[in-house]
Amino acid sequence: MTSEEAPGPRDIAVVAFAQTDHRRSTAESSEVEMVMPVLHDVLAQTGLRTADIGFTCSGSSDYLAGRAFSFTLALDGVGAWPPISESHVEMDGAWALYEAWTKLLTGDADTALVYSYGKCSPGLVRDVLTRQLDPYYVAPLWPDAVALAALQAQALMDAGLTDERALAAVGARSRADATANPHAQLKGRIPQGDHVVRPLRTGDCPPIGDGAAAVILAAGERARRLCARPAWIRGVDHRIEAHALGVRDLTDSPSTRLAAERAGAFERPVDTAELHAPFSSQEVVLRRALRLDDSVCVNPSGGALAANPVMAAGLIRIGEAAARIHRGASDRALAHATSGPCLQQNLVAVLEGDPR
Amino acid sequence: MPEVLSAPLVVEFPFTRSLGPVQSAFLTGLRERVVLGVRTTDGRTLVPPVEYDPVTAEEIRDLVEVAPTGTVTTWAWNHAPRRGQPLTTPFAWVLVRLDGADTALLHALDAPGPDAVRTGMRVRVRWAAERTGAITDIACFEPYEGEAVAPGGHSGAFADPLTGIVAPARLDYTYSPGRAQSAYIHALSERRTVGERCPSCRKVYVPPRGACPTCGVATAEQVEVGPRGTVTTFCIVNIKAAHTANLDIEVPYVYAHIALDGADLALHARIGGIPYDQVRMGLRVEPVWTEGARYPDHYRPTGEPDADYETYKELL
Repeated sequence: MTSEEAPGPRDIAVVAFAQTDHRRSTAESSEVEMVMPVLHDVLAQTGLRTADIGFTCSGSSDYLAGRAFSFTLALDGVGAWPPISESHVEMDGAWALYEAWTKLLTGDADTALVYSYGKCSPGLVRDVLTRQLDPYYVAPLWPDAVALAALQAQALMDAGLTDERALAAVGARSRADATANPHAQLKGRIPQGDHVVRPLRTGDCPPIGDGAAAVILAAGERARRLCARPAWIRGVDHRIEAHALGVRDLTDSPSTRLAAERAGAFERPVDTAELHAPFSSQEVVLRRALRLDDSVCVNPSGGALAANPVMAAGLIRIGEAAARIHRGASDRALAHATSGPCLQQNLVAVLEGDPR
Repeated sequence: MPEVLSAPLVVEFPFTRSLGPVQSAFLTGLRERVVLGVRTTDGRTLVPPVEYDPVTAEEIRDLVEVAPTGTVTTWAWNHAPRRGQPLTTPFAWVLVRLDGADTALLHALDAPGPDAVRTGMRVRVRWAAERTGAITDIACFEPYEGEAVAPGGHSGAFADPLTGIVAPARLDYTYSPGRAQSAYIHALSERRTVGERCPSCRKVYVPPRGACPTCGVATAEQVEVGPRGTVTTFCIVNIKAAHTANLDIEVPYVYAHIALDGADLALHARIGGIPYDQVRMGLRVEPVWTEGARYPDHYRPTGEPDADYETYKELL
C-alpha cells in the first residue's frame, strides 16, 4: 500500500478454536476452572501468550450463575495483569466475537481472544430464560423457553412448513452427525421421546449442559503466521426482531435473512452452515430464511441439538465453521448465532479459506 | 480431593418498574376489565400496546379499546405447568388476536386437553377475581363459541391510573463453588485457612479461586496460611449494618484488609478487641472464632509488636 491509497478494510480471520466437552453438570468446576483449559488450548494452538493478545472479549450471563458480575471471576483465567484491553457482553459469545472483529477492523489491535461459557446446571434454565422476556406483559406469566419454541413450531405446522416427523428427522440427523464430535453431549440414536410442550418432544429440544469455548482472531499477515489456513471473516452482521412475540411472523426470520445479506452470505454459495437452532423447528425457519438447499452441509457438528451450553453455543457455531475451513473440509461457510425467544436476535458470519 | 460442596441458593427480587402512558393505560384497563390497544400511524392496532411503533420507531399513544374475545393464532400444550405460570392444571399456551387487534397477546388457555385446542379457535378473556393492574388480571382465556363481544369504546383515560408495577421474580439454584473454593471452605470448617500457590509467579492467593489472575494459569498447590496476619489498611464504618445477621455490631467499627502470614493477597474482615481509633496499619491480628461459626467472627490484636511496613507494602 502506498501513502496515496486509502486503507481498505483489514482481513481478519479466526485462527484457533477450542471448546470443552459439554456435560450435564460441571459442579466440580467453577466458571474460571471450566474456562481456563479452552483459553490455554487456543493460546497453545497459536503459540501466543496472554500478554500478546491485543483485545479480550467474553460473553456470559449472570442469570445462569445466579450471581452478579460473575464474568469478572472468569477474568482470572486470562491473566488480566498487567492491565489488558477487555470487554464483556451479556450475550452469547458470538456477539463478543462481533465486538472483537470490529475492534480489529479499527486497527486498534491485531489479535483478539474471545471466549464464552455457560453453566446451565446450577439453575432451571427453562425458568432462568423467562427473565429475558418483556417484564410487563410476558415475564409475569413465566412462559419457559420450550413453551415459546413450541408456539413457533405449531405456527410452522399450521403453515404446512413442517410436521412432527420432519422435526424428528432434524433431531435424529443432528445427533447422528454428533457421533463424530467428541465434545457433543447428546449423540447417536436418541429416542424422540414424549412431548415436553406439545408439539415439541424431548428429541426436538436441546440438552441442558455446561460448557465453554474460545477463539482467537488475528488480522492480515499475523493471521497467516498463526494458522496454516485461516478462516477469513468476509462479513458479520446481526439484527433483531420486534420485541413482542405477537407482532412477529414466527414462521419466518427476516432478521436472519437481513443479517445474512449484509454479511455477504448470498453473494456466492456456501458449502457449510453451522446454524444455532436449539430446537428442531428453528432449523426449519433458518434454512428457509438463509435459502439453504440440500447441497449445503448443515450442522455437521450436531449443532445445538447435540450440545447447547447457553451463551457459548453461538460462538461454537462460528468456531466449528472456522475449524472446518482450517482443516480443509470447507471453503466457504456460514455461521449463525441466536439469542432470545423464538430466534429473536440473529447473527450471521461468513467465513472463507484461501483458494486451494 | 475433598468432596465438592453445593448448597441451595435462592435469588429473589421484587423489580419495581415505572410505567409510561401506554403501559399505564393498558394495565389500569385490565384492572377495570378493559383491554386497550394502541394504533400505529399506518392504522394497525397493537395488543398488547407498545409506546413506540415497532416498524417506524415513532412514539405512539392513540389508545383504542378492543374486544375481550379473539382468535388463537398459535398454541402449545403444556401438560406440566411450572411454578408461576397462569394455571396449575395442564393448559395451552396461546397467542390470541383479540377482535379489533392486528397483533397477538401471549397467555394461557384453559381447555380440557390438547384435542380441544386448535389454531383459529375462538376464545374469550376470563378475568381474575382480584385485579391489581397486571397481565395476570387476565386469569387465562377460555373457549368461547358465542358472538364476538363488541368493545366498549373506552378512551384509555382512568381516574386513578397505575404509575408502576412490582414484578416479583424468584430463581432457585444449586450453587457449587468448584474445586478450589470447596477446598477453602472445607479447611475453614477445621478452622484452617488454605490458599493456592501460582506455579508461575509463586504468589499464594487467599481465598483461592483456582486461577492466578496475574498469570492466567491454574493454581493447584495448597498452602496453609495464617492464622495470624497483619492489617495492611482499614476503614472506620459509621453506618449500622442493615442485615439482621449483623445487627449486634455497634458502630463505629473497623473493617480491615488483613494479610495472613504466608499469603500474597489480603482478606478483609472486621477488627475487634481494640478501640476503633487505635487500629493501625501493621497491627498484628488473629482470628476469633465463635461456636458453630463457619468463618472467623472477627480478628483481634495478638499483642505482638507491629509489623514493619516493608513486610507488607507489596500487599496494599
